[in-house]
Amino acid sequence: MTSISARRLGKELTEIKAEGCPVGINLVKADDFATWWFTIEVMGESLYQGEKYTLQFRFDSNYPISSPAVQFVVGDGKVSPVHPHVYSNGHICASILGNEWSPVLSVIAVCVTIQSMLASCKKKERPTDNDRYIRFAPDNPKKTRFHYDDDTV
Amino acid sequence: MASDYEFSDSDGDYDDDEDMIDGTQDETGESEDDMDMDAFGDDFKVVPKGKRKSFEIEYESLSQSDVEKLMKKDVEDIVGILGVDESTANLLLRHMSWNTERLIEKYMDNPTKVLVAAGVTVEEPPSSPAPIRSHSIPNSATIGTSQSGRRPTRSSSKLLGSKSPSALKSSSTVSPTSTTRLSPRATDLPTPFVCPICFDDAPTLRPLSLTCSHPFCSGCWTAYISSKITDEAEHAIRCMAEGCALVATDTFIHDLLTASDVDPEEAKVNEETWARFQELLIRHFVASNPNLKYCPYPACTNTVSCPAAASKASLTSVVPIVSCGARGIPGAAQASGSGGNLGLPGKEHKFCFGCPIESDHRPVVCAAARLWLKKCRDDSETANWIKSNTKECSMCMSTIEKNGGCNHMTCKKCKHEFCWVCMGPWSEHGTAWYSCNRYDEKAGVEARDAQSRSRASLERYLHYYNRWANHEQSAKLSLDLYAKTEKKMEDMQITSELTWIEVQFMKKAVEEVDKCRMTLKWTYAMAYYLAKGNEKDLFEDNQRDLEKAVEDLSELLESPIEAENIPMLRQKVTDKTVYVQKRNEIVLEDTAAGFLEGRWKWNVAIDGFDDPEKTEF
Repeated sequence: MTSISARRLGKELTEIKAEGCPVGINLVKADDFATWWFTIEVMGESLYQGEKYTLQFRFDSNYPISSPAVQFVVGDGKVSPVHPHVYSNGHICASILGNEWSPVLSVIAVCVTIQSMLASCKKKERPTDNDRYIRFAPDNPKKTRFHYDDDTV
Repeated sequence: MASDYEFSDSDGDYDDDEDMIDGTQDETGESEDDMDMDAFGDDFKVVPKGKRKSFEIEYESLSQSDVEKLMKKDVEDIVGILGVDESTANLLLRHMSWNTERLIEKYMDNPTKVLVAAGVTVEEPPSSPAPIRSHSIPNSATIGTSQSGRRPTRSSSKLLGSKSPSALKSSSTVSPTSTTRLSPRATDLPTPFVCPICFDDAPTLRPLSLTCSHPFCSGCWTAYISSKITDEAEHAIRCMAEGCALVATDTFIHDLLTASDVDPEEAKVNEETWARFQELLIRHFVASNPNLKYCPYPACTNTVSCPAAASKASLTSVVPIVSCGARGIPGAAQASGSGGNLGLPGKEHKFCFGCPIESDHRPVVCAAARLWLKKCRDDSETANWIKSNTKECSMCMSTIEKNGGCNHMTCKKCKHEFCWVCMGPWSEHGTAWYSCNRYDEKAGVEARDAQSRSRASLERYLHYYNRWANHEQSAKLSLDLYAKTEKKMEDMQITSELTWIEVQFMKKAVEEVDKCRMTLKWTYAMAYYLAKGNEKDLFEDNQRDLEKAVEDLSELLESPIEAENIPMLRQKVTDKTVYVQKRNEIVLEDTAAGFLEGRWKWNVAIDGFDDPEKTEF
């Protein structure tokens, strides 16, 4: 299984390096097959114009059968975007990172989804339960059982 | 009226189920486990087996294959009625939690809807791609569930496609979905095939897909299915494509896990995964059927069928203690097997069909037993500590701990000033500060009276708890007792003419003591909740008789063995054992009869019973 994960990530990395990332997304580091960082910007007109965020991917040996742990990097001058589905500790509540993850999705596909999630945001605000959540949040967002009930944003 | 119900529709279904189970039992005859039990029981039981006693419930022990037969019968029924193939019937039944009636009803109503919901077929016109679902605004859950089925394969392949042209090409040229179900099948694909998951493009790759025609290589399928089965204990395994709701059939999974093109080590793991999958299916079936319960003992795969205790209402009149027929715990068996030629068979897998208590809690009913266990967990230690370290304020009854200082107490809550020693008001101590010599004064006596009243309920609880805990402790020590007894039995054979068979009376006695202690333990839980009155007095008389008999027998078992005494000891122990067994049956029978007659009145509200005030009709 480790070999599938490494081979798959290797392939994804080769493609990213060969063809580049979609507009607004840039690879920061991918030194190993455990943690990758991307920067993400929303292009065009949006509430996040001119802002740049760092997205972190953590992979376990079961990737891509199991989903990567994805979150915004917080600290060291980096912050998480103010968005109804993004907690101030960087955790993201999105169904494709949880129960709707599919092995056919890729790192870039996740980046694009999150980019479009930001782009379609109508109002900059934190999730209503932000304070409660971040107090007890586990380090790995995959350990949180998010409840997905909002199709619209 | 009860008789009305027998003719209602819902009861008709219930009867069907019962027949089904009985029928299978008749075919198979007595299971091996039962026969083992009989062989064992006949040696030692004084009362011949066969007649069920009033405190015993009727039940059947089913092995894994017996349950499989039951499942198969349901599946065959559905195949016959709905005219679908076997794997479809399986998926449909699992989707409907094995509720045959509802499945048929729903299927007749709208077959496509049921087939899609169960993941048998793909939705005919694929719904428009839904955006990713996120949380926060409590939207109607129906949108989420109905659309989650067909999430945008299109968008994902587009996303992937922008980066991997090969993947795009393969997924867009896939032949359109056919309605016939061929699984697994090698999808006809333009070469070379690149697995969209591992990106492998080796020509030896075996692309497989469900009828939704999302092809992935067999390696990825196996990894995915194994992870679902072993890590997530999931039996409904959906296609790997994003948003595809198609569920893999058993044949598909079986063919993958028994594939011969893997190395022997992996094949072994796959075999285990397949066995685990079978077990998951059985567990799901058992969990869906109120007449069945899985044996809760570790590594045991037996199931018990007990239709008499399937409804919650029945639990107020019966205590459904059942046994799956197996004994001991695999792996741990070696440890207890050290009992040498005594051949300790390991503990019988006894459990309660009606509640999660994994032991025999007769004679008390499930609801009261649970209440008692909860109270003990919450209270026992705290209660002990409160009793020994605190007093109540004689004015407001707040519990106070004195952790230093003088005897002049001022209650934090009501500001009452009193003396810690005599509990009387401090004002009466006059100028005799800090030395209490007023023990007999009226006010002090009254305050102590009030205090003792409030302590009485705690004392009462501790009375029952200590006896309960004592029997529990003794039961835990029974293993030691078994070992000691074995030693004695060996000694006896050496010092007397008795044969191995003839010294079995010792073992029998130990077993009986163990069993009775269990009953005694729970009689204290029962007595704690019984309302005062003649009924309770009679109950406690029976309890006392049993307790006395058990203690006498225990003492006999501990007594030293001298050669000349052995025949007498044997006679005594045998007599006592029979007596103890009778006393135990009297307690159990009388209590069980009491439940059937509704004779027992409680002093607290207990689930399923009338409230204590309203018990008089």
